[in-house]
Amino acid sequence: MFGRRIGIKVAMLIDRETVQEMLKQGAQLVEVLPAKEYAEDHLPGAVSHPLKLLDQEAGQIGRNRPVIVYCWDSA
Amino acid sequence: MRLETLGFDKVHEYRAGKLDWLAAGLPTEGENNNCPRAGDASRKDPIVCGLKDPVGDVRDRAKAAGWDLAVVVDDDRIVLGMLWSKQLGMDPDLTAEEVMQPGPSTFRPYVPIKEMADHLVEHDHDSVPITTSDGKLVGVLYKSEAVRLAASATACVRKMIT
Repeated sequence: MFGRRIGIKVAMLIDRETVQEMLKQGAQLVEVLPAKEYAEDHLPGAVSHPLKLLDQEAGQIGRNRPVIVYCWDSA
Repeated sequence: MRLETLGFDKVHEYRAGKLDWLAAGLPTEGENNNCPRAGDASRKDPIVCGLKDPVGDVRDRAKAAGWDLAVVVDDDRIVLGMLWSKQLGMDPDLTAEEVMQPGPSTFRPYVPIKEMADHLVEHDHDSVPITTSDGKLVGVLYKSEAVRLAASATACVRKMIT
């Protein structure tokens, strides 16, 4: 799997191909952009948990499956 | 990323994000799927030519096919330049390379048609090449078609032309 661990308690960075592979294996996709942007376009199967609400909504995300978070781009 | 601090231990970040996904032409879900995008609305059969093609030959092919432009591409269909009607009317013995407008502005297929139409009107472009993020030709979008389709489209929150 492509990626690099950049420290303890830090998400592993992955590329598009790895996202696709992980989704086949049952990973969860979480978009952290504002809900309006999620409504316009989101990756297939993604759920919306805007960054500002992530603390409150984290309980809705399964802990037993890998989680992939994304926003607009790397900027 | 905050999830790790909340006790999640299998967190991955797709840092290139939604823009990278769209640029790859992969499917998405959401409201934007209900309105056409630049790629959908573009004409996929423009006249293409190579750098060494004589302008006269290209002009004849374009005229026969009803086109007022041609796209100069390499062997991988990477856009190198444009021959607009002005360039097509130049000395027929010159090559495409000698007369083309090099490095034209290109747009990605995922841009919503409303944003494309607004941009084309604002910048007074009659047509623009649509390419993948690595420059491969997808088609040519005409302002008239973009404006027609945009009439029933809504503006999007996220601007995709940067």
